[in-house]
Amino acid sequence: MSVLETWPIARKLTLFLAAIVALLALVSWGMVTSFAREAAGRTQDNILAASATSIAETLRSEGGQVRLELPYAAFSMLGAISEDRVFHRVAAGDEVLTGYADLQGPEVSPGEVRFATLPYRDTSVRVVSVMRVILSDGEAVPITVTLAQTRDGVLGIAAGLSRQAAVLSVGVFLLAVGLSAVAVRASLRPLNTMAQFVAARGPSDLRPFRRRGPPELMPLVSALNRLMDRLGASIRRSEDFIAEAAHRVRTPLAVVRAQAEIALHSVEEETQKQTLRRVTRAVDDSSRSASQLLDHAMVAFRADNLARARVDLPALAASVVEALRPTAEMKDIDIALSLSDADVEGDAILLQNALRNVLDNAIKYSPAETTVRLSVSNGGGEARMIVRDEGPGFGDGPAAHLTERFRRGEKVEGIVGSGLGLTIAEEALRAHGGRLELGQSTEGSGACVWLILPAA
Amino acid sequence: MRLAYLACGLILSALASMATAQDYEIEDRRAYPGTGAAILRVISTADLDVFEPFLLRFQADNPEVGIDYVTASSAEVNRAIRGGAVFDLALSSAMDLQFTLANDGYAQSYRSGVTDTLPDWARWNDQLFAFTAEPAVIVINQAHFVGLVLPHTRAELVTLLRDNPDRFSGRLGTYDLRASGLGYLFATQEARSSDAYWRLTEVMGRLDARLYCCSSQMIDDVAAGELALAYNVLGSYAQQRLDRDEGLTILPLEDFANVMLRTALIPATAVEVDAAGAMLDALLREGMGQGTAEPVLPPLQSRGEADQSPFGPIRLGPALMVYLDRLNRESFLEAWDAAMVQQ
Repeated sequence: MSVLETWPIARKLTLFLAAIVALLALVSWGMVTSFAREAAGRTQDNILAASATSIAETLRSEGGQVRLELPYAAFSMLGAISEDRVFHRVAAGDEVLTGYADLQGPEVSPGEVRFATLPYRDTSVRVVSVMRVILSDGEAVPITVTLAQTRDGVLGIAAGLSRQAAVLSVGVFLLAVGLSAVAVRASLRPLNTMAQFVAARGPSDLRPFRRRGPPELMPLVSALNRLMDRLGASIRRSEDFIAEAAHRVRTPLAVVRAQAEIALHSVEEETQKQTLRRVTRAVDDSSRSASQLLDHAMVAFRADNLARARVDLPALAASVVEALRPTAEMKDIDIALSLSDADVEGDAILLQNALRNVLDNAIKYSPAETTVRLSVSNGGGEARMIVRDEGPGFGDGPAAHLTERFRRGEKVEGIVGSGLGLTIAEEALRAHGGRLELGQSTEGSGACVWLILPAA
Repeated sequence: MRLAYLACGLILSALASMATAQDYEIEDRRAYPGTGAAILRVISTADLDVFEPFLLRFQADNPEVGIDYVTASSAEVNRAIRGGAVFDLALSSAMDLQFTLANDGYAQSYRSGVTDTLPDWARWNDQLFAFTAEPAVIVINQAHFVGLVLPHTRAELVTLLRDNPDRFSGRLGTYDLRASGLGYLFATQEARSSDAYWRLTEVMGRLDARLYCCSSQMIDDVAAGELALAYNVLGSYAQQRLDRDEGLTILPLEDFANVMLRTALIPATAVEVDAAGAMLDALLREGMGQGTAEPVLPPLQSRGEADQSPFGPIRLGPALMVYLDRLNRESFLEAWDAAMVQQ
C-alpha cells in the first residue's frame, strides 16, 4: 500500500490498464478457443450425421434379407475436412450386417440422431448413431447405423484457431498497453505543464495562474492561487511595515541631526564637539540605512507594477552623478563620466535608484582623492552602465551572494553600510529584464559593476 | 548356461517365425546383409527384379542397414500386417487395403522433411505415403486393329467392339475382379466415374472376354497376338514391354484414366523404425523425382497421363473403404458377374 502510494501515477494507471487488458485478452482467448472447439465439433457432427443418414437411406429389404450399399459420397465427405480414421457398423439388433463389430454407439430410437464421444480401440472417437426400421417379411426390423471418426482433425483445427487467437490476444494486449501508456501520459500532461509553469516562475512572481486546464486540476490551481495571494499580501504587509518604520525613524533622525548641528556650533569645548560629531555621524548612518530600506521597499513595490516608459540613460546617469557630486567632493573623489546614446524602456525612478546605490557604494568604498568612472554604452541589444572605482574591490569570494540582502563584502571594516545597496540595484535591474554583474576592474585593483539592461 | 539360453532363444524365435509364417504366404524373399546388426524387414508387392536396384542404391547410402525383402500379393501383405507379423515397412499396390490398415491402427505415424514436401493427395494422416503414380491403361496389339479407326473414348471403344464382333470375340482380356484386388479397385473407381464402364463390361462379356489375375499375363497374351486388347492393365508394366515387343501399343483414351498410387506405411509392429523412416524417405525422394538414379517405378511427378485426364489419382481417404465393405463387394461383384459372365 505504502509503496503503491508513492508510485508514479502514470505507472500505476498503466499497470492497472495493462492488468485489465490482460484479463480481457485472456477471457476473449478462452471464448474464441471454446467457440472454435464447439464450431469444429459441430461441423464434424453435421458431416457424421449426414453420412450416417445417407447410409441408412440405402437400407432396404430384398427377399427377406436386409440389404444396403454404403454410398461412396458418405465416406468421401468424411475425408473431406480432415485425415481422420473412420469406423462404421450396421447392425440389425445384435446381428452385425457389416463394418466393425466391436464399435459401440449411443442408444438410439428410430428417427433419432444421437452423438457421443467414446473411447474406441487406442483412441477417442466421435460416434453418431441413427436408427431406421425396415419391413422384412412383414416384420419390423430396427437397423442401427453407427459411424465414428477420430477427433484429431477437429481438435487440430480448434487448436490452430486457438493458437491464432492467442497470438492475436497477445498482439491486442501489447497494442492496448502501448496505447494506454500513451493515453496516460497525455492525460497527465496538464499536470506536468502546470508543474513546469510553477517552477518557471521567478522567486518574486506571485501573480495568480490564469492557465486553463482540466477541471480536475482547477481546485489545485485555485488553492495555489489563494496561497500565493496570502503570501503576496504578507510580503506586502512586511514591506509596508518596513517602509513605514523607516519613514517614521527618518523624520525624528533629521530633527536630531539638525539639533546636533546647532549644538555643535554652540559648544566650545573640544571633547563635547567630538561627542556631537560622533552623534551626527551615527545619525547619518541610521538615516542612510532607513532611506535604503525605504528605497528597497519602493523598488519592491514599483517592480511589481513596472512602468514602461522610454528612458534616456545618459541623461539619467548625468542627473544621478550631479546629485552625488557633493558627497564625492567631501572625500575629494572625482566622478568621470563617459556617455554615449542608450535608450531603455522602464521606470526611470527605479533605474536612478539602482545607479545611485551602485555609485554611492563606489564612493563610499573608494579611498580619498581617487576617481570613480561611470560609462554608459550601447551594443549587442544591451545598454550598459559601468561603474569602476579604485577601492579595494570585492575580494576573492563569490560575487553573486553580495547582492543578497544585508550581505556585505570582506573588505569593509570601518565603513558604515547596510548591505542593501547592491540588492536594490539588482532587483531594479531584474524587474527590467536586466542583470547586475560584479567583477574586478581591468585597470588596477578596484571593483567594477555592470548594470546591464535590454536596449529599447 | 549362456549357450543354453542362446539355444532356447533361437528355438523360440524359430518357432515364432514359423508361427507367423503360417499366417500368410510369401512369393519370394531375399536378404541383403548390412555391416551393422539392424535388419530392416520389408514386405512388398513389388517384384524383386523390379525393386532390387532401389534396394542396392539404398544400401550403398546406408551400408550399416541389412535388408530382408519379402514379396507377397497385396492380400497377403494385408493379412501379414493384420496378423501382427513383424515388418518395418509395408509397400503395396492395393491402396484400399493399405488405407484400411492405417485406418484400423496398424500403421504408425512418421514425419520428416521429405514427407512434409509430399503433395497432400499423396499422403494420409502422416501414416500412409504414396511413392508411385501408375495409371490403368489399355494395351492393344496393332495387328488386330488394321483398317480400324482407333477409339478415343470409352463410348467409341464400346461402339468399335460392338460393330466388330468377329474380330474381337475371345480376343479381349481384363482382370478377374474376384481374383485381383487391383482389378477390383480399378473397376470400382471406374464404375463410380462413368456409366460407360458397365456398357463396356457388357460388351466384353458378350464377346467372351478372358479374365486374368495379373497384368503381366495379359500383356504377354497381347504381345503373342492371343489378345487384341487388354483393358485396365497397369501402365508401368505395359511401358516396360512396349520397348521389347513390336506391335504393342497403349491406347490413349481421352475421357479419363484411373491412376493408382503405390503406398508405403510403417506398421505399428515395426522395430527398426529409424531405418524404416530412412528407406521411406529414400522411396519418397525417388517418387518425387529427386532421386539420384532413374526410379524403379513411375514416380509421382511424371503423372503426364493423369495430369491431362479429367481424373487425377485415386484419392487416399475413407472412401476407399466403401468398396471393401462386405455388402458392397458382394453387390458389386454380383452386378459385374451379371454383366460379364452372360449366358
